[in-house]
Amino acid sequence: MIATLEFGLDTFVPLTVDDAGLPIDGDQVIRNTVEEAVLAEAVGIDSFNIGEHYRPEFMDSAGHVILAAIAGRTDRIRLGTAVTVLSTRDPVRLYTEFATLDAVSKGRAQLIVGRGSAVESFPLFGFDLADYEELYEEKLDLLVRLLREQPVTWSGRFRPPLTNQVVSPPIATGHIPTWVGVGGSPQSVVRAARFGLPLMLAIIGGRPERFAPYVELYKRALEEHGQPKLPVGLHTLGFVAATDEEAVRIQWPYYKEQFERAAEERGWRPPTYEQFLAEVDHGSMYVGSPETVARRIAEVVRTLDLSRFHLHYAIGRIPHEQRMAMIDLFGREVIPRARELLAATPEPDTTLAAGGRS
Amino acid sequence: MAVAAGQLTAEAPRATTQEIDDRRLGIVGAGKLGTTLARAAVAAGYDVAISGSGPSDDIALTIDVLAPGAHAATTNEVAGHADVIVLAVPTHRFRELQPDLFADKVLIDATNYWPPVDGDDPELADAPEGTSTIVQQHFPSARLVKSLNQLGYHQLEENQLPHGAPNRIAIGAAGDDQLAVRTVMRLLEHLGFDPVDAGPLKNGVALEPDGSPIATTYNAEQLAERIPR
Repeated sequence: MIATLEFGLDTFVPLTVDDAGLPIDGDQVIRNTVEEAVLAEAVGIDSFNIGEHYRPEFMDSAGHVILAAIAGRTDRIRLGTAVTVLSTRDPVRLYTEFATLDAVSKGRAQLIVGRGSAVESFPLFGFDLADYEELYEEKLDLLVRLLREQPVTWSGRFRPPLTNQVVSPPIATGHIPTWVGVGGSPQSVVRAARFGLPLMLAIIGGRPERFAPYVELYKRALEEHGQPKLPVGLHTLGFVAATDEEAVRIQWPYYKEQFERAAEERGWRPPTYEQFLAEVDHGSMYVGSPETVARRIAEVVRTLDLSRFHLHYAIGRIPHEQRMAMIDLFGREVIPRARELLAATPEPDTTLAAGGRS
Repeated sequence: MAVAAGQLTAEAPRATTQEIDDRRLGIVGAGKLGTTLARAAVAAGYDVAISGSGPSDDIALTIDVLAPGAHAATTNEVAGHADVIVLAVPTHRFRELQPDLFADKVLIDATNYWPPVDGDDPELADAPEGTSTIVQQHFPSARLVKSLNQLGYHQLEENQLPHGAPNRIAIGAAGDDQLAVRTVMRLLEHLGFDPVDAGPLKNGVALEPDGSPIATTYNAEQLAERIPR
């Protein structure tokens, strides 16, 4: 899997401030994001992936439109989602959007479908959270059929049936890579294996190595369901600057601000600086110098046997200029150094990762 | 060290002539919490049976990988396997289970009402004496103890400490049945946490998390202070 290791950047297109600390308008943030993706391609990053939220602080409610704009300004970088909230989307529409994106981008569209971390889409689009599991299974089933085998005849509980339905446009390459995003529920891991879809783990807190058993579960479930070996990816958080101190110094205030706002609204205790540093040291904040971040990436790629590493870059309202500087470092220094470190060591020791079981 | 939470009202314990066999544990729910708890309980020497929703082959595989040593079973089998059962499902799903399923069992309600998973549930949202009282009403013959709901699932595994270790994390146990509460406190001790008797089931409100993504942890003294007297 290491030979085909791909690196991606993920964003929820957050509202940001300018370098004087003043808020920037949402439409400008969207245009800034296009520039960030153009730079990502220039520095050799493999993919740029946009989330889906319906919240005032995120501008990613129609990420596929932003991806299409990026497609017009780039030639090579893959364009994907992180994640598509499948339960509250119509699979037919989702197919039309991404098959069209694939066409305008000459075969660069990709999808990660999942739950996402927010639930605003349920009441907004008229769905009941209690139906989450059924909605997800049903829509995943239909989406996979549309992607793999048209014309489609299908029926389900939550949308009208299809009879010999052809949905345009066709996918020129015949294939849009579609992964399942998982937060760590064993059921979701097994579901991805059952559908024969690659697995993207979202680990946004705590030690990543505790997910090694989930990778083992995924591999065993693939075997049990007669599926081929499929890749595993990781979505996690981070920020890169010239030194460890500078990266922490830039990222911490925006991280703190973001969680403090949520904590105030909802009566939580916000995370402390010590908790943040613990995450930076051995958890899920890949914050530091290019060398530090490259080392941590190489380690987790080995531990979890990853084929994709996606960095959700720059948490909170970090200014566009600092995001651009970070992307530059990530592409020009972090990725080559991580590849170098991985090439210098043998294949991942998955027996260790799985607690001694091969 | 176990810390009692002040004066408890003298409620007669549920009448039973049976001793509680607490070498065995049943877990209903094979998600993140259930599988983590199964793993921790197996490591602490318990004979664990666990059930989950979904195809039984998938559950068996999940247990084989995530909690080797525990055995996958149906919910009915789990209820029969042990005198102490942990409810580790999304809270609202307790209603799917038969009311007499856990008759005379110590039933540990480890669930927390969490709207992103449970949806909008007025009965659970409004429960003035905590969600476990609602669960008890659904299982009137079960000996409900609210416990194991305070920590994030990964903390159950990563934050265990041996008995007597300083600043061991405390977990409360609230229930109307004294013997049931003490049984649960022994389980908490074996799992590596300081048990705190939180008094009657209605005190369970004090054990409910504030919804923060990072669970706030307390040692025994701090937790005892949070229990109403």
